[in-house]
Amino acid sequence: MSPENYLHLAALLFTIGACGVLVRRNAIVVFMCVELMLNAGNLALVAFSRMHGNLDGQIMAFFVMVVAAAEVVVGLAIIVMLYRSRHSASVDDASLMKL
Amino acid sequence: MSPVIHPYTAAPALLTQAQERLEAPQIEWVALSPTLIVLGVAAVGILVEAFAPQRARYLTQLLLSVIGIAAAFAAVVGLAASGYATTRAEIAGMGSIAVDGPTLFLQGVLLLVGLVSLFLFAERRLEPAEHGRAVDSFTAQAAAVPGGPAEREAVKVGRTTTEIFPLLLFALGGMLIFPAANDLLILFIALEVFSLPLYLLCALARRRRLLSQEAAVKYFLLGAFASAFLLFGIALLYGYAGTLDYAGIAEVIAGTPAAVDPGLASTMGNDVYLLIGGALLLMGLLFKVGAVPFHMWTPDVYQGAPTPVTGFMAAATKVAAFGALLRLLYVVLPGLQWDWEPVLWGVAIASMVAGAVIAITQTDVKRLLAYSSIAHAGFILTGVLAVSEDGVSSVLFYLAAYSFVTLGAFAVVTLVRDAGGEATHLSKWAGLGRRSPLLAGVFALFLLAFAGIPLTSGFTGKFAVFRAAAEAGAIGLVIVGVLASAVAAFFYIRVIVLMFFSDPQEGGPSVVIPSPMTTSVVGLAAVVTLVLGVAPQYFLDLAQQAAVFAFR
Repeated sequence: MSPENYLHLAALLFTIGACGVLVRRNAIVVFMCVELMLNAGNLALVAFSRMHGNLDGQIMAFFVMVVAAAEVVVGLAIIVMLYRSRHSASVDDASLMKL
Repeated sequence: MSPVIHPYTAAPALLTQAQERLEAPQIEWVALSPTLIVLGVAAVGILVEAFAPQRARYLTQLLLSVIGIAAAFAAVVGLAASGYATTRAEIAGMGSIAVDGPTLFLQGVLLLVGLVSLFLFAERRLEPAEHGRAVDSFTAQAAAVPGGPAEREAVKVGRTTTEIFPLLLFALGGMLIFPAANDLLILFIALEVFSLPLYLLCALARRRRLLSQEAAVKYFLLGAFASAFLLFGIALLYGYAGTLDYAGIAEVIAGTPAAVDPGLASTMGNDVYLLIGGALLLMGLLFKVGAVPFHMWTPDVYQGAPTPVTGFMAAATKVAAFGALLRLLYVVLPGLQWDWEPVLWGVAIASMVAGAVIAITQTDVKRLLAYSSIAHAGFILTGVLAVSEDGVSSVLFYLAAYSFVTLGAFAVVTLVRDAGGEATHLSKWAGLGRRSPLLAGVFALFLLAFAGIPLTSGFTGKFAVFRAAAEAGAIGLVIVGVLASAVAAFFYIRVIVLMFFSDPQEGGPSVVIPSPMTTSVVGLAAVVTLVLGVAPQYFLDLAQQAAVFAFR
């Protein structure tokens, strides 16, 4: 199977993630959509790595996984903190600074 | 590793090769020393957090951080003195980090900004003492619910968030790498290394925790969204060029790759990868810069974050992100200049106009400064768009000048207080000039520098970027820039008029007498603003000498 199919899948996943970030209200779900986008990037990197026959893309994918894990730590900490003080993780409720 | 490998046997072939001759990578310890010192001290700071007793932490962390940043700055000066910036450049770390003029100049600026921000972070005389202990502007315990029993308990036993010092150092370390990145992998890692600590720092305000947490959530979600775009851009560019190396990508774009293997031959003709990849990458960077279509986070985050953090973020992020943007446009994508130039023209014009116009309607000092920073992103982009050595040097100078003015302005904001903490609403600043003429005078100086009035650093910086752009033929951009400056001058002057020519309110805010740390920050920022305005030649020459990017 041609590696290009994986690219199409990656682009599709990335788009689903981006749309999810824009339309979902719950901060956790928004964050999961961001993770989906990162993993779509990973898939594209690995597919390209295969097409080019070098390992740069796969190494990059490993680093992205580590970064994504670090992002989960920081992100969940922030979102849980928000939830505990407001009893809601909705990104629409957090609007104290709206003019 | 042999250059040509058949795609379908890549993995096993590479595996056996790697087993045969695995060589340890060469690391240029000296050339990388500024970054290594900062990150090393940050790691030590974490250990201090884990093992030092509560009471000793603040002083230990502060001393450690000051020594670390000062040592890193000395290392930058040493590298520059040994000719790294001017006569020789080095691509260190197996081709992934460029130690050249722009890198060293920006690293020097970033370290000074970091040192000065550290003093703002460590200030403990502004907040009223709680239970007999002086406290800083960061929360006692970040995990406690604001106003809840856990927080009261934390305040009572005297907890402090001394983690801010290692967080600042980690952010600073990432920022030092960001403009030096010579490899898309390092670019992405550096971006995350400096962003993640900033997200956390945003959430740690002592007063108005809800605002602060909201700012952190917004910054985090939008920042992660933007870095996902950046990552996908990186993936597509890698797909186009088959390498993550800046120089390698530039060669493929120029049509002169070192070796063409079957994989590269099938992708390098595909401009879709290149154009979409480049666009997504630029999007990620323009988000960090805070340029107009990607600026929505700026006002909320600047307003909600604790003011010392806002100052650090506003000054240092801009420096680091513009450094990375410059290298990306000038080293990786010069072959695409005809494609990105019109787009960035639009972004620059939109930033200048929108930033200046929306700022007029603002009633909060921190939001006002946020919109002004958006306008400034537009002005700096004007210099970037000159696409010449003068363009680079003018941007470097502008960044140095702008970062100190910004830090100074936010340092002043921390001092004007009433019973509820910082009095950031503009109406409360009425008549401040009569009550504390010195502080209001210094703030007026910073505002004039933002507006670009002669004899301040802002004028020299704007003059430099506009001249570079005009010489490169971007007259339209310069005209819009000058008009936007005029609009911006209106609201800066309005604040000055408010401070000096209106009567002070009853029960208005007072100016708190800070410790020598904040005083020195404000003083230093004022001195830099004046010196770069009155006698800028030495620094312009410095930026001029530093304005050449290393290619390979």
